[in-house]
Amino acid sequence: MSLLDIRKLNVTFGHGSNPFRAVSGLDLSINSGEILGIVGESGSGKSVTMLAMMGLIDAPGIVTADTLSFAGQDLIGMKPAQKRQIIGRDIAMIFQDALTSLNPAYTVGDQLIETLKQHTPLRGAALKARALELLEQVEIPDAKSRLNAYPHQLSGGMSQRVMIAMAIACKPKLLIADEPTTALDVTVQAQIMELLVNLQKQNDMALILITHDLAVVAEIAQKMVVMYAGEVVETSATDTLFATPRHPYTQALLSSIPEHSKGARRLNTLAGVVPGQYDRPAGCLLSPRCLYASAHCVSQHPPLIPIAGTSVRCFTPLDSNGIPSHE
Amino acid sequence: MFSFIIKRISVAIPTFLGVTLLAFALIHMIPGDPVLLLVGERRLDPEFYRAAMQRLGLDQPLYVQYWDYLRQLLQGNLGESIVTHEPVMSEFLKLFPATVELSMAAMLFAVVCGLAAGMLAATKRGTVIDHTVMGAALTGYSMPIFWWGLILIMVFSVHLDWTPVSGRIALEYDIPAVTGFMLIDTLLSGEAGAFKSAVMHLILPAIVLGTIPMAVIARMTRSSMLEVLREDYIRTARAKGLSRSRIIIVHALRNALIPVVTVIGLQVGTLLAGAVLTETIFSWPGIGKWLIDSISRRDYPVVQGGILLIATLIIFVNLLVDILYGVINPRIRHSR
Repeated sequence: MSLLDIRKLNVTFGHGSNPFRAVSGLDLSINSGEILGIVGESGSGKSVTMLAMMGLIDAPGIVTADTLSFAGQDLIGMKPAQKRQIIGRDIAMIFQDALTSLNPAYTVGDQLIETLKQHTPLRGAALKARALELLEQVEIPDAKSRLNAYPHQLSGGMSQRVMIAMAIACKPKLLIADEPTTALDVTVQAQIMELLVNLQKQNDMALILITHDLAVVAEIAQKMVVMYAGEVVETSATDTLFATPRHPYTQALLSSIPEHSKGARRLNTLAGVVPGQYDRPAGCLLSPRCLYASAHCVSQHPPLIPIAGTSVRCFTPLDSNGIPSHE
Repeated sequence: MFSFIIKRISVAIPTFLGVTLLAFALIHMIPGDPVLLLVGERRLDPEFYRAAMQRLGLDQPLYVQYWDYLRQLLQGNLGESIVTHEPVMSEFLKLFPATVELSMAAMLFAVVCGLAAGMLAATKRGTVIDHTVMGAALTGYSMPIFWWGLILIMVFSVHLDWTPVSGRIALEYDIPAVTGFMLIDTLLSGEAGAFKSAVMHLILPAIVLGTIPMAVIARMTRSSMLEVLREDYIRTARAKGLSRSRIIIVHALRNALIPVVTVIGLQVGTLLAGAVLTETIFSWPGIGKWLIDSISRRDYPVVQGGILLIATLIIFVNLLVDILYGVINPRIRHSR
């Protein structure tokens, strides 16, 4: 049984005849100790999916799902008070902008201790000791004095480490990292990724990495989910995905990695933007931007179809040469 | 911190100077003079008038009078009342506790109700509760104090007979002034019922005086709270699995309070201005009523001294707010 199992997750915003569908019919699962990468450009619904899973979508957002189970517990029918015992303890999340994700009015120690107080029986001096231990675990130098530091006294990388310390405080079974390195310098990015992977191994956590940067997940994720306009367009093992992308969107994403077009004068890009509420195509959501779109693609919406261990939402999946297969 | 306080005080000096000049100019611009008002115009002996004017130094050119006033001020002398011959300072100190008591009660009402209303409106944003609370706040803000005071007296004192109409305490009590604060003095006196009487006398004026600051605080709290609730760290707090009340009170309110504290500080000025009207309506023997009476008597030293003391108070409170700011907001504390 998988640790997290999501079936037919829908997240919509707004009422009336034309609500905005941020996520539609999303299936996703992850096993204990696994690393899953969710990729897609901005606006593809990656973060919303995870926020919805954690119950952090507010009205007017509406979240529905056939299944939303974590470690055998049904998250969707659960009372908020009960859910709060899981959130922050068994499922933890870190965010893109660590500096603004920490409360400026409290010290690092206060914020760490708050999580511990909420979910563990530790009290008094033990709390402080554990907080210190956590800061050392995320390799913060001079951890003792950092306990009394305020977020504005920390660098971006340092605050992301604090966020990570807070997230792993209760040894979660699942850690969600939402673009954890996007706001950081390249050198710091590598350090943070290394730290995340180490912690994942040490604590045997499942890790979901949300990113728009394929290079970040390429080396560490076992499975990949590619999202586009609120839908999964391809799921696959990471190696397979990089070797033979089946969906034209995945192919486009891969070819826009700078390393993949060495020597070229211009970087490959996919023209256009993710469709919004009012320009949502009737057929395949990628059809206006897809190089291979046919009349069929424009009129019909493709289902997610399994091909050789992967799933692809395309009528004409690409073959191993990167050319659309025609029936 | 210390150098910051020194800096702020030195910045206040030109403000003081401006206030003295303004107060001096304004009171001398009003037609009539104290001697005329004291003896009346009817059987005015020109010789006596001239002598009185000379004795008070009012026959001098204005700039000489102003210069004399400033010189006295630098020696810490605010002068004495033309009418009562009491030093301005001692009159002020005698009446000041009554105003402080009223203002503090009003502020307490304003802060407690304003914060609660603002938080309620923010957390119930867009609902009937939000619109009702904010509508009430706007109404309160637009209410002229003198009218609002009279309406409350009519309803609660005259029709319902719940509270007394005016004064600080019922006439049957003779409370020795120890601290000048009626609530404390009545407790010290040990007279049965005196404390209750003092409280009852305080309620209406405090509500009248506190209404505008309450409305301002409620609106500020709401908007500041709404802004803070959108912050990333609120999302983090929710992702920690904290309860909604803890998120709002611990994580949101502390940050939302930063602009609210400034507003509360600024309201002290509004409060003292409002005290002038409120004290007049409720015959509250404080500095507001004292100033109004002195203006109508053209008691120059009292008006000038009173305004200067009130200005000092406001500057002092603003300094206090700045210091308090640093306590709430660590980013400011450390940048100094």
